[in-house]
Amino acid sequence: MQKMLLLGVEAIGQAAIDAGISAVFAYPGTPSTEITEYVQASREARDNKVVASWTANEKTAMEATLGVSYVGKRAMACMKHVGLNVAADAFVNAGVTGANGGLLVVSADDPSMHSSQNEQDSRFFGKFAMIPTLEPSNQQEAYDMVFYGLELSEKLHTPVLLRITTRLAHSRAGVVRKPSREHNEIRLPDDPKQFILLPAIARKRYKGLLANQAHFINESETSGYNRYIDGSDHSLGIIASGIAYNYLLENFADRELPYPVLKINQYPVSRTLLAKLEKECETILVLEEGAPVIEEMLKGYLSKNLNVKGRLDGTVPRDGELNPNVVARAMGLEDTYGQDVPGLVVGRPPSMCMGCGHIDTYNALNSAMEKYSKGRVFSDIGCYTLGALAPFNAINSCVDMGASITMAKGAADVGFSPSIAVIGDSTFTHSGMTGLLDVVNCNSNVTIIINDNSTTGMTGGQKSAATGKIEDICRGIGIPEERIRVITPLKKNHDENVQVLLEELQRDEPSVIISRRECIQTLNKRMRQRAAAKAKEAEQQKASQQ
Amino acid sequence: MKKDIILAGVGGQGILSIAACIGLAAVDNGLFLKQAEVHGMSQRGGAVQSNLRLSDKEIASDLIPYGQADLIISVEPLESLRYLPWLRRDGWLITSSNAFVNIPNYPDKEALKAEIKKIKNHIFIDAEAIAKELGSVRSANMVMLGAAAPFLEMPFDEIEKAIAKLFGNKGEAVVELNQKAMKAGYEFSNRAVAGE
Repeated sequence: MQKMLLLGVEAIGQAAIDAGISAVFAYPGTPSTEITEYVQASREARDNKVVASWTANEKTAMEATLGVSYVGKRAMACMKHVGLNVAADAFVNAGVTGANGGLLVVSADDPSMHSSQNEQDSRFFGKFAMIPTLEPSNQQEAYDMVFYGLELSEKLHTPVLLRITTRLAHSRAGVVRKPSREHNEIRLPDDPKQFILLPAIARKRYKGLLANQAHFINESETSGYNRYIDGSDHSLGIIASGIAYNYLLENFADRELPYPVLKINQYPVSRTLLAKLEKECETILVLEEGAPVIEEMLKGYLSKNLNVKGRLDGTVPRDGELNPNVVARAMGLEDTYGQDVPGLVVGRPPSMCMGCGHIDTYNALNSAMEKYSKGRVFSDIGCYTLGALAPFNAINSCVDMGASITMAKGAADVGFSPSIAVIGDSTFTHSGMTGLLDVVNCNSNVTIIINDNSTTGMTGGQKSAATGKIEDICRGIGIPEERIRVITPLKKNHDENVQVLLEELQRDEPSVIISRRECIQTLNKRMRQRAAAKAKEAEQQKASQQ
Repeated sequence: MKKDIILAGVGGQGILSIAACIGLAAVDNGLFLKQAEVHGMSQRGGAVQSNLRLSDKEIASDLIPYGQADLIISVEPLESLRYLPWLRRDGWLITSSNAFVNIPNYPDKEALKAEIKKIKNHIFIDAEAIAKELGSVRSANMVMLGAAAPFLEMPFDEIEKAIAKLFGNKGEAVVELNQKAMKAGYEFSNRAVAGE
C-alpha cells in the first residue's frame, strides 16, 4: 500500500477516512486540531460523504459522536486533553451506554504544557470511564490503532479512547496505509434500551461494563500492542509506554537493549505481563509520557518490597515531557550535552501578531482602568490570553474555557465592582453563554468584553461557531439592547473606545461590549486566496483569448 | 548515513518550508525521516524549532538527543544559538544574519555576531540581501536551504527537484526563483568553506 509522510494527527485523520468513519466531530485544541482539518481538506472524505465538523465545544462533539454510534455508523470525536474535561459527562456515561457503531475518542495530551493550562494525562480518564485506551508509540501505530480501536469498539460494544501526546501529534514520519473499509449502514442497537441510562437500566449496563473488563484485559494481552521483549541482563526490567519506548531505544546503538522491556500501548494492562517482569527482574524502571499511571498501579500504597523506579521516586522528573536525555539520565547513561547557550540569548515568548485587534482592545481597556485599582480583569483562553504578558499586563486570570464571565460574576456578587470579563468569540459560544445566563439571572454587575475576531484564532483560524450571532445570543439571553455595545478596536478609535468602556464600567448592571475586528491572520489568508484566485482568472482569460 | 538537523527561527518565519524540501529529497532517496514541529501558541511570534532526522536505518526518537545534531539551520541569528546544547562538537551552525527584533531586550547585534563566530564550524549569511538581489526577499529561506545543502550529503539536483515539487503549484517562475536562491546559498557556503 501507499506510504505517506504524515504528522501523527494527520495519520489519525487519514486512518479515520480509510477505516470507514462516517463522522468526525471536534472543537479545535492544540495538539489535536489538525486531525479534523485533515479530514475536512481530504477529497476522499468529501467523495465518501464523511461529515467533519467543528462543534460548539467538546461535549457537543462527544454527544454527536455518540449519536452516530447509536445509529450504527462509525464516528470519532477529537479534542485536546482539557477538552476531555468538558466532554467528561458524555464520555464517562458513554462507557456505560457502550457503543453500537465503532466509537473512537481521540484525546491529545500536552505534557510540558507547550500550549495548555495543565498536563493532565488522559489515561486516567480512560481508566475512570473503564474503557479500553490505546497509546501509540509512533505515527504508524497511530494509524493502525484507529482501525483496531474501531474494530475493538464494535466487537466489545464499547467506546475506545486513543491517547496521543504533543510529540507524536506534531511529528512527521512515513505511514503505510491499509485497504479502505466501507461505511456502516444505519442499524439501531439490538437492545432498544441500551442508550437509556435510567437508574434501573444503568445498573444493568454498569454490571455489563464491569463484566466487560475481563475482555478488555484479554484484548490488551492478545492484540500484540503490549509486548514483552526479553533481554540478557535481568538486574533491570523496563516498562515503556507510548512514545517513551522510542526515547529508550534511542539511547542504545542499533537498538540492542540488554534489559527485558515491557512495551505498553494498550490499557487496561494485563497483570500477567506485569507479574512476569516483576518476577524476572530485580528492579523495574517505569518510563511514561505523562503521569505515573502504571507506576502508581504497581506501587500502590502498601507493597513495600517492590523495587519500582520512575516519576514517583524522582528517578524520572515528576513533571514535563520525556526526551532521550531524560531517559538517559534515569538510566545513569552518559550525558551528551553539547555547548552551553551563551548568556546573551534571551527568551522569545509568543506575542500577539502585529496589527492584531486584541492589542487595541487592551490598550483601550488599560486606559479605562487607570482610575480603578488593579486586579479586576478575569480573562479566558485564546490569543488574547497573551494580554497577561508585558507590555499589556492587562488580565488577571485564565483558568478554563468560559471561566472569565463566571469568575467575574462570583467576584461581583460579593461586592467586587467593577468586575470585568474578557473572552473571545469562539470561547464565548464554547462555554461562556451559560455563564452569561447566570449573570443575567442574578443581575450581577459584570462588564463583559467579547473579543470578536470572527475565528478560532489560537489554533490557526478555524470557523467560529459565534460568527454573526453574538448580539442575538446576548439579546436572547437577556442583556438589554442598550447594554450591548459594539466597538472597533483600531488605534484611531482609541479615545472613543475608552469612553464606551468607561460608560459601561460605571453602570451597576450587566453589560456586554463586543470588540470586533477580523483576526489579522485570517484576513491576510483571505486576501492571499483572493489575489491567487484573481491571478488564476486573469491567466485563464489570457489563455482563452490566445 | 544519518543527519540530525535542528531548524530554528521565529514563529511565522516559515522554517517548515526548508524542512519540507529536505524531507522530500530524503524520502525520494529512500531514507527514513522523522520531523517534529511546533504548532500552537509558540507559533505566535515566539521561538520555534523543528527536529528533522534522516537516516538509512529506522529512527527511534522524534526528538534529537543533546550533542547529536549534525546541523543547526537558523533563519535568525539569536535563535541559532538557542540550540547549542544539541549541536555535535564538530557540527555546523548555519544561520542567517538577519535579526528579527520583536522583543524589547533583543541583544546587541555585534555581540551576537561575535558569539556566532566563536562556533568552530559556522556559516553566517545575509540571506535576505541575496534573496532580494535575485528578485524576492521571500526566497530567503531557500537561500538558507542552499547554505545548508553542502552539509546534507544529498545530491544537489535532488534538492532542486524537491523545490520544483514543493512549489510546483505556484508556477514555473516561483520554482525558478527559489531554485536560484537555493543555488546562491549553496555557492556562498562552498566559498566560505573553501576560505574565500
